[in-house]
Order: sequence, then C-alpha cells, then structure tokens
Amino acid sequence: MSGQMETTLIPVLSPEEIAEIDAEISHVPYRSAVAIDALKIVQAHRGWVSDESLRAIARHLEMSAEELEGVATFYNLIFRRPVGDNVILLCNSISCWIKGCENLQAKITEQLGINLGETTPDNQFTLLPVTCLGACDKAPVMMVGDALHENVDAETLTKLFREGGE
Amino acid sequence: MPSIRIDGVTYEVEAGRNLLETCLSLGLDLPYFCWHPAMGSIGACRQCAVVQYLDEESEQAERGRIVMGCMTPVTDGAIFSLSGDKARHFREAIVESLMLNHPHDCPVCAEGGECHLQDMTVMVGHRDRHYRGRKNTHRNQYLGPLIHHEMNRCITCYRCTRYYRDYAGGTDLAALASHDHVYFGRHAEGVLQSEFAGNLVEVCPTGVFTDKTLVEDYTRKWDLQSAPSVCTGCAVGCNTLPGERYGRLKRVHNRFNADVNGYFLCDRGRFGAGFVNSDKRLLYPGLRLADGRYDALHHHGALQHMQQMCRTGKVAGIGSPRASVEANFLLQTLVGANNFAPGFSEQEQPLVDLALALQQDSRAVIPDIRSIESADAVLILGEDVTNTAPRIALALRQSVRNKAYEMAAHLGLETWQDAAIRNLAQDQRSPLYIAAVADTRLADVATRNLSLAPGGVAALGAAVAALISGEEPEDLPPHLREQAGQIAAALSAARRPLLISGTGTGSAAAMQSAAAVTEALCAAGSQAMLCLVVPEANSLGQAMLTGPDAPGLATLRERAESGELDTLVVLENDLYRRGSADSIDRLLQAFSNVIVLDGMDNATTSSASLVLAAASFAETDGTLVSLEGRAQRHYPVFLPPQERHPSWVWLLACMKELERPEVRSLHHFDDITRSCGARIPALAGITAASPDYHYRNVGVKIPRQPPRYSGRTAMRADRSVHERMQPSDEESPLAFTMEGLNRSVPGALLPWVWAPGWNSNQSLHKFQSEVGGPLQGGTAGVRLLQPGNPVSAAGLSVDTVTAPAEPGHWLLVPRQHIFGSDELSALSPAIAELAEPGYIALRSADAAALGVSPGDGVVAGNALATLAVRVDDSLAEGCAAYPAGLAGTENLHPLDRVELRRAENWQRPPEVIGSDGGARLRGARPRGARPRGARPGGGDV
Repeated sequence: MSGQMETTLIPVLSPEEIAEIDAEISHVPYRSAVAIDALKIVQAHRGWVSDESLRAIARHLEMSAEELEGVATFYNLIFRRPVGDNVILLCNSISCWIKGCENLQAKITEQLGINLGETTPDNQFTLLPVTCLGACDKAPVMMVGDALHENVDAETLTKLFREGGE
Repeated sequence: MPSIRIDGVTYEVEAGRNLLETCLSLGLDLPYFCWHPAMGSIGACRQCAVVQYLDEESEQAERGRIVMGCMTPVTDGAIFSLSGDKARHFREAIVESLMLNHPHDCPVCAEGGECHLQDMTVMVGHRDRHYRGRKNTHRNQYLGPLIHHEMNRCITCYRCTRYYRDYAGGTDLAALASHDHVYFGRHAEGVLQSEFAGNLVEVCPTGVFTDKTLVEDYTRKWDLQSAPSVCTGCAVGCNTLPGERYGRLKRVHNRFNADVNGYFLCDRGRFGAGFVNSDKRLLYPGLRLADGRYDALHHHGALQHMQQMCRTGKVAGIGSPRASVEANFLLQTLVGANNFAPGFSEQEQPLVDLALALQQDSRAVIPDIRSIESADAVLILGEDVTNTAPRIALALRQSVRNKAYEMAAHLGLETWQDAAIRNLAQDQRSPLYIAAVADTRLADVATRNLSLAPGGVAALGAAVAALISGEEPEDLPPHLREQAGQIAAALSAARRPLLISGTGTGSAAAMQSAAAVTEALCAAGSQAMLCLVVPEANSLGQAMLTGPDAPGLATLRERAESGELDTLVVLENDLYRRGSADSIDRLLQAFSNVIVLDGMDNATTSSASLVLAAASFAETDGTLVSLEGRAQRHYPVFLPPQERHPSWVWLLACMKELERPEVRSLHHFDDITRSCGARIPALAGITAASPDYHYRNVGVKIPRQPPRYSGRTAMRADRSVHERMQPSDEESPLAFTMEGLNRSVPGALLPWVWAPGWNSNQSLHKFQSEVGGPLQGGTAGVRLLQPGNPVSAAGLSVDTVTAPAEPGHWLLVPRQHIFGSDELSALSPAIAELAEPGYIALRSADAAALGVSPGDGVVAGNALATLAVRVDDSLAEGCAAYPAGLAGTENLHPLDRVELRRAENWQRPPEVIGSDGGARLRGARPRGARPRGARPGGGDV
C-alpha cells in the first residue's frame, strides 16, 4: 500500500525539466553542484518550487532534501511559496531609498491592494522587496517579470498595472 | 615552545594550537560558542574576541586590534589581552546581539542550570537588553522520540549542523534560510536519521536540542545524583554519566574518556538505559507455587530456598555476557568451572572465544577508539559496526579525514582550521573498504562497498592477506582479484592500517581472515591494528573468565538429562534470546530447580522455580571488559529499592550460607574483584581498573550529588518530614551525599563535571590535563590485552561459507540493528519506538522470483518464521537478511540455508501514511519482551 501511495504522491520531474537539468549536470563533476540551476529550471517551468518538487529535484541530484532545502531557502529569489503570474521586485536599497522607493511601495499597495510578500486575488502580481538591481543611476528601479523598469514613478506604475504587467 | 604574553603574564605554550584552546588549557576563562574541542574552529560566532598588540609599545598605549581567539595561532612573542576594555565590550556586545531573539524562558527550559549560553552571558557581564523590537519566533519540528526541538532559543552558532553533518555524516539536518531567520531543522518533520543525533543535546550550547526523555520526566542538573558508569548497550564500553532523582534514572550524559568515547555517545547508549525505570523490573524475589503463580519473598526466605536448592551439589550455572565480571566469577565459583556456561548462544560461544584468541595471539595493535580515528586505511570484513558497535562507526567517519589532515599538513594548516581543511580536501578521503553482506550506513564515506556473502568476505580477506605477503591468491573471480589488489596496496601503503571484523555476521572465517591480513601487515613491518567486535558489554570478559573449554547450553542440558546435574542458576540472562524456544524449554525442563537472578520480568524468569530480583547496572558495582580488552568499573548511581539486590550480593550471601571456603575472606565487592584477578590469569589486571574502596580525595569520599543538590528532605515530605540518614556506600570511594570534593579525582571516579562559572558540560576542560586531552586524574580503565606472540598467517585457517546453489534456497544472514537488536536497550521506551518490525530482505530479482513485493509475507524454512518482505538490492547474491534479535526471528540462525516461499493468508501490517513524514511504524516488540506466565515479584503476593 505505502509503496503505491509513495509513487502516486511523488511528482516526477517533467522530461523537459530533466533534460535541462541533465544538460547542466554534464558540465560539472557532481550532480549536486547544479542545485541552484535545477531549482531555477523547475521554477521557470512551474512558477515556484513546492515541497514535492524540491524532493523530486533532490532525488534527481542524489542529495538529501535538507541539503537542497538549505540552498533553496538561502536565496530569496527561489520561491518556496506560490507567486502570482508577475513578480514585482521593488528595490529598497540605498539609491532607490533616497529616490523614494517607499512612496512607490505605498502606491503599489494602494493600486493593487497588496503588501510586501502578498499576491493579488486575481493572481496577477506578487510584490517582493529586493536589495539592488544594479541600476542605481536610474533609481528608483523595479523588475516585473523579466523586465527592468527604470526611473519609476506613479505614472509608470499606473500604465504598467493597466497593461497587466506586459 | 612559543612564549606568549596575555595581560602582562608570560606563558610557555604548546605550538600549533589556537589562542582560545590555549587560554582554556591555561585555566583562563574566554567565552566561545561555535568552537568545539572535537570539531575545531570556524570563527563564526565572534565570541572569543581578544586584543592583540603589535609590540610592547602598542601594548603600553593599549593600541591593539581585535582578533578571534579560536582563529589565531599562538606564535612566539605574541602579545594579547583578554581583559582589555575593547575586547570586553566587544564580547559583551556579541552576546547581546546573539540574545536579540533569545526568549527569556530559562525557568521552563530543559537546558537551564547547565546552559553554555547562560554561562557565557554571565561571563561577559551582559545584563541590560537594549533591543526593544519584536523577537523572531519559529515553529518547532517533531524530530522523533529522542530529541526535543525549540528553535526560538537558537543563537545560530552552527555547532549543530557542524556536528551532525560534518562530524557525524548525517544528511537530514541543515541550516535553512538566511540572515535573521536562519532555521536549523529538517526539510519536513520526522525522526532524525543519524544514530548519533543524541549528541546534539550536549553539542548545542543552549536549549534548541534537548533530551526528549529528560524533558518528559524532568530534573535539573543540580538535582541529579550521578556516578561514573559504563554503557551496557554494546561492547565498546563508552563511559557514561547516568543521572538519578526520585529513584528514577533521568538521563545519560557522556563521560569523557580520551581513549574511548571522547565527547560523544551513540543513541542506543544515551537513550537505551530507560529500561532501568521499566515496570517490568522486579522488586521482590519470588518462589513459584504449584499453581504456577509466584509468592513474593523476603530476602532471608529467598536465600534459604536458594541455598537449599544448591545444597544438592549438582548445581550448574549459566552466566551472562551482559553481567559484571564479578557476578559471573561468583556464580562460576559457586557451581565450579566445569558446570559453568558463559551464557552465549551455541553459535556465538565459539565466535567470541575465537575473537579473544585471535586478539591474544595477534602482534597487531588492539586499538582503542582514539586509535581507530587515527587509522589511515581501513578494511572492514563483514561487521556492520554502525549497528553492533556504533561508536566505532563515528570514529571511522573521522579516520577517513586523515587524508584531509595530510593535505593540510603539506600547506602548514593546523588541524583545528576546520573550514579551511574541509574546503581543501572536498571529498578526498583516506581509504575505507567495506566488504559486507549489504551496504552499511558507512557506505557514503567508503572508497568501495563490496556486497559479498560471508564466505566471499572471508575469501576476499584471505586474498588480501596473501597479496600483502607477496603470494598470488587462489580461486578468486577476476573482479575480486582486482579489488583485493587495490585493498592490499592501500593497506600496505598506510602507516596505521586497521582491520575490523567481528561476530555480528555469525562467520568465524571473516575474523580469521582479518587476523590473517593484520598478521601479513605486521610481518611486512607495519603497525597494523586489529579490531574484532563482540556483541555485548562483557562478552570479552566472559570469554576471559571461562576460556574456550567451558560447556555450552546443550552440554549442560545433556548432563542434566543424564542426572549429573539437577539445579540450574541463571545469571541476568534471558535464555530465550540465546536459542529457539524449544531448545530452551528442553534445557530448563531438564533441571528440577531453576534459580534465575534478573532485574527484568522476561521469558526466563517466568520459567524459574525461584527468581531473585537483581539490580541493574545503574544500581550496582561491576567491572565490564570491552571489546578492546579494557576493564572498566561502573558504580551504583542509586541504590536499588525494596528487595532488589545486586547479583553479586545474592550470590555471595548464598555461598556464605553454604559456608563455602572460597568466599570466607570475601566481604566487599573489591574482595571479589581481587579474588577474581588472583584466580583467573586473563583477568589478572582488573583490580587496576579503578581505585579501591579505601581511596579518599583529601581525606573524604567523592560526592555523587553536586553542591547545589536541593530538597533532600522535601522530596520525601509526603511520607516523612524528618531528615533521613543518607545511605552509605560500603563498596566504593563514592558517597551518596553532596559533601566532599570533586576536583583532581581519578578519571574512573569522576561523577559529574561542574566548575565555577561553568555550569554546563563545557566545564569539562577544567577537568582535563589540557583542552581535549586526558582527564587530570588519568584515563579510566585498564587494558588487559597485551600484544602476544605472532602466529603465522599460514596457520590461520579460514573456513569459507558459500551461498547455496540450489534454487529456492537462500543463505540466512543476520543484520544487526542499533535500535532493537540489543535486549535491554530495546526495552527503553524511546528506543522501542524506533525499533522496526521483523523482516526478511531480498534482492528485487529474488523477490520477483518468489512472486512477492515489499510488504508481502514470506515463510522461511519449515515455518521457522513468517515475516514481511523488504527489498535491498545491495544484498549479496543468494543471501536473505533478517534482523537479529527482533520479534519473529527467534528460530532463524545465522548462515543456515533455508527455503523461502510466499506466505499465503498474509496480512500486511498497518502502515503510517503520508502526513506523518518520516515517522516510522510503531509497536515493534523486542524479542523476549512478551510476558510468559504470571508476573513474578511485583504484584502477585
């Protein structure tokens, strides 16, 4: 019974995910060396890394779930909880702070109704803080999905949210 | 020797050390958290900050820089200050920052009173908190029945994961998350998988990981009465400190012995003494009446019955490898050596005798645990040490790091530079070859794991011996020939090669071949080491006492059946664990009187005519001889209640009643030890195991209770408000009191560690000759095995056992389990919870051939056992493994060839599903635990 239970409870990595992870493994001496890449690959496919996914990756890399969990939870851009379709990474580092990122955050909260770490009910946006996006000369900055937005102001936000993050 | 100056005082210090350990060795108090004497330095916690001055001028001007003591090597001429303001303020600020999220829950914390964090906080003088924010809080995890988790108390020193992962090789505890929300735990709740997890209790400097069995039945350290003891869980002989309160054994802590257990115990040892509190313990002697019930007796009455039964002169005795040398010696004296069986099973007796003979005859070094750690190439033949002598497995995990230390030495890195050396070596390890019937728990650090049937293991060993001697081995399959060549080369190239084998697989040949390999190495001029594991705490002592010609159980039965013997005295031995129920029934029925001395209600006491309630190891004196031939004395932690007495007291009193001349001059325990040493040549040295009764420390006895022991009258106030006279100890230099000195006492007599300002077990360094070094009072125990005369490798015959060729037949191989295979520890509730149900393990192809899958039932032989199937593809071909000592395996014998078939009408056992994560099946009943007949002693008066 438990054997069957286990096989149905354990999600397998998709063939695409395995292929991408194995491609990374081919470049390194130990399977566990690709831990971060494997987490990123699965996150790219599934949006986040669930407990089940994490265990499946750990098994594939022949490491313990604890070892991989230590890596996964160390990086705040590996999402161990579900996120919305678009993740807003709002920089709160020094340049952006000088240039008023706190106001921006208040605006986002006002427009989307979410605080840091929260997701909109329609699952469109998740708001997270980030420490520096490497564009201090164009502060305040934020990322939405893969796109970097520079010199962000209230108008940028309104336009962006109207377009649904595109 | 470098000369350094600390706060204006010049010291000559040992080169190669760091400043922190140097300060502690000098007796200077310097606080620390992340450093541990067994694990070295990583410089993470910043607590051991001191000021270092460039020269005398800057010292005068107090212009120095802050350095971390644990990361600073002592160099000639260096100038430091511990007391400088800069360093003091820095250290105080560090404790304050570590305390930001620490709750003020000391009164309800199990660590309180022996907390390193408390000690260090007081030491740095930190008192006022300035932080006014919210404290971070965490969810705790269920980590199994042994360890209690309270994450809020964490100060993120990382000692837990450094111990658990780096030192003990565990994989299921990790540092999770980052910055101010680091969490030390598992991926999901569940039982910690390492067999050495219990050491977290002593490694954690605060109350994150505490002893769950203690938490559930709690007493503060200062209220515990303790005495030096020796673990009875296996033959390693780890030194322990059991603590007692209200007549209950509350916990077991490590007792440092530089040559044996060092700082660490295994979980069987730490949590396996709970049987002492079992309600299966007997309180009164009992006589079996005609109706089968037991009549409780006063000890006078019991002695009268005993001596009458023994008066026939046709008395036989069965001793016990888990009872003390002294109790066994008395019983042997009572019945005569010809009528005294050592109490091993028929299969085990020749194996233990062989283990002793091979070590006595070997010119190899018989290693203690510390020497095992120093081995730079290891070959294990058959023995699964993690489950038979667990502390050795932990030592082997250190031995494979010798390669790393070698690499570090090339770069001039000191051995305490832990992080640097791990980075340098990565996964490069010293050679460790394991040939066993299946993969063992050391597989992850082994150079090569070879799955071989016991016969194959022995053949491989013999081949390695031949190759080392320059001969070509015969009849070896090509792939094994290649392996043997690699192993022989690795062992020959090593400076301290080590061979390990033992009785655990039931194969004599594996031990013979291990001895042959060490002999070949010694002949080639190497300082080889030979470690042979025997099963129980006093197995080796028992073999020394009885010799190879002692009768076995079957011999005694035959002689009783022929009328030569009519009375049997059984000492602390549940015979139903030593043979099939049928054979033991026949043995006991062959005698008209069966007298059993035991502490536990078991199958054997239930078959006795007279039962004498015997004290446990925690309630009596005794000497045990460990697998390395080290005789060690344990002392009563507390006195047994009611009419339960030490076995040696019962036996001595009976012999006095019988007016036996041999005991005329024996009055005290020490007299028995002396008499035994005088009469048994192999045990001649045992009197040196510890100081005798007359030893006094500055004129007084050594106190079992710490100076702050409280409530001596109050704890009995519900029955009497008068101060009771403390019981006196007539047998040892220890006293049941708090008066007396606990400094500079012999290592064998140290009852607790505690020093001013150091309430936790970290106070140990105050009792060591130097940090990590032997105790100031000397290392406990005495080695009885002296290097003997070499035997020739050719003279060592190696019997080979091969797997059966017949289809449908398998070779039965025992697998030992740290939790469950040992009789007494398995009766401790926490260990019983971890014991697994019986099984038969097969390779998946074999299972398929039988038409069974995991969880199905399989019948062995002619209904010898019906057990659940497990699949283990690392098993050697043709072998079926069963768990030794677990329920349902009573009739299975090592290395028998049996037929296996699918069990019809098999009901799968209930299973734990999904959400319980790592929780295991419960309800495994240790072998022999099933009460048979009426309960003697306790209730049926």
